[in-house]
Amino acid sequence: MGNRTIVPFGPQHPVLPEPIHLDLVLEDETVIEAIPSIGFVHRGLEKLVEKKDFQQYVYVAERICGICSFMHGMGYCMAVENVMDLKLPDRAEFLRTIWAELSRIHSHLLWLGLLADAVGFESLFMHCWRLREEILDLFDMTTGGRVIFSVCKVGGVRKDIDAEKLKKIVEVLSNMDSSLRSITKIFLSDTSIISRMSGVGVLSPEEAFDLGAVGPMARASGIVVDDRLLGYGAYPHVKFEVQTATEGDCYARTKVRINEIFESISIIKQCVSLMPSDTAIDVPVKGNPDGEYFARLEQPRGEVVYYVKGNGTKFLDRMRVRTPTFANLPPLLHTLKGVDLADVPVLVLTIDPCISCTER
Amino acid sequence: MQNFKIIGKDDLLSVATQMKYDHYRLAQISCTKKDKLDLVYSFVKDYDLENIRIELEFDEEIESISGIYSYAFLYENEIKELFGVKIMRISLDFNGTFYKIKKTESKNGEVAQNG
Repeated sequence: MGNRTIVPFGPQHPVLPEPIHLDLVLEDETVIEAIPSIGFVHRGLEKLVEKKDFQQYVYVAERICGICSFMHGMGYCMAVENVMDLKLPDRAEFLRTIWAELSRIHSHLLWLGLLADAVGFESLFMHCWRLREEILDLFDMTTGGRVIFSVCKVGGVRKDIDAEKLKKIVEVLSNMDSSLRSITKIFLSDTSIISRMSGVGVLSPEEAFDLGAVGPMARASGIVVDDRLLGYGAYPHVKFEVQTATEGDCYARTKVRINEIFESISIIKQCVSLMPSDTAIDVPVKGNPDGEYFARLEQPRGEVVYYVKGNGTKFLDRMRVRTPTFANLPPLLHTLKGVDLADVPVLVLTIDPCISCTER
Repeated sequence: MQNFKIIGKDDLLSVATQMKYDHYRLAQISCTKKDKLDLVYSFVKDYDLENIRIELEFDEEIESISGIYSYAFLYENEIKELFGVKIMRISLDFNGTFYKIKKTESKNGEVAQNG
């Protein structure tokens, strides 16, 4: 048996924009156990539902995370709308789907940039974020915001996207295609990137299931699971393939996310071409929620679960959110076992950790 | 609306074992604190969602399911710490240090300063 050491990883670390702590038990240079510690910035946002009424809480839900803020608002609204039995106009569902998929592209590009930075590829990091900037400009053009949009509300959306702007979205995404392909090709074919990721942090399909992995983490291990197949939003009207890989390592997780970017672009283009011509984007909300519902949707990092329980007043009894990063922590802890200390930062990054979500 | 199957706390381990045997994934455990503690265990298989509900008195104890679903320890530590649910035999028990919260709210609403 080699020398045993405990190396604290985080809460402040170059690959961690947000605080999480891991106690890495090492035998020489190899990790044999990882013990997590979270809660450094726990905000108690679930408890805030006691102070904000169910309409106001949409603004709180959006602030759970700055990367998938739209999808947090959407998930919360979906849960409340199901409790209140509200049927949204088709156009609202299509608009939500466009913003959700733009969020997925922006999130994956942000993550690819961070990954490039973690493996020491600074120029690639800048190119990824340059492209991400174009998506943020689309958010700005269609919602007036770049991070928090506040376009989702219980019963629909607040803003429409006119034909000219829809055309602009398609134009920007089409122009991005060649840049995206040349950048993502580097991630998938560059020798030094492959050597940092291939065969590192392997999660088998059985382990992914046994440890409750969700999203790209599960799909990279060959598990075909994608909550968009549940049929919310405009997803029943568009064609898309669930992107999977079989290797289960860091490289496979990168490949899945890259393929999802192109799939999202295809979904957005389909949504634009199929956009319903009716002008209604919301329905009147009468009364207060009375009942409970679990809404599930596919965020960039995987399945998010929104639970709301209403009591017939404007204040909910409970709002609970189970974020994908929370679900992906056990698979991360498992995959850390047996890897070299030098591979830990890249491996931690490949679950695309969002501590802001986890610390809601 | 979704179904919520109500069971007694003594049936939890056998129900969780059956869920695991039937290839259900544990999607979440939540707690709502009103007159009693209302625990909901959600299991997912493919796209099917099953919710199991257990009602507890504030001082009642309940067994951990982390021996069946290893990753349940995260959810159990969370509700143990934030809602004061007495969960016994969690595989990795943080004993109240999972979240670095400064204040603890007791069942009668009093707020105490930690540390």
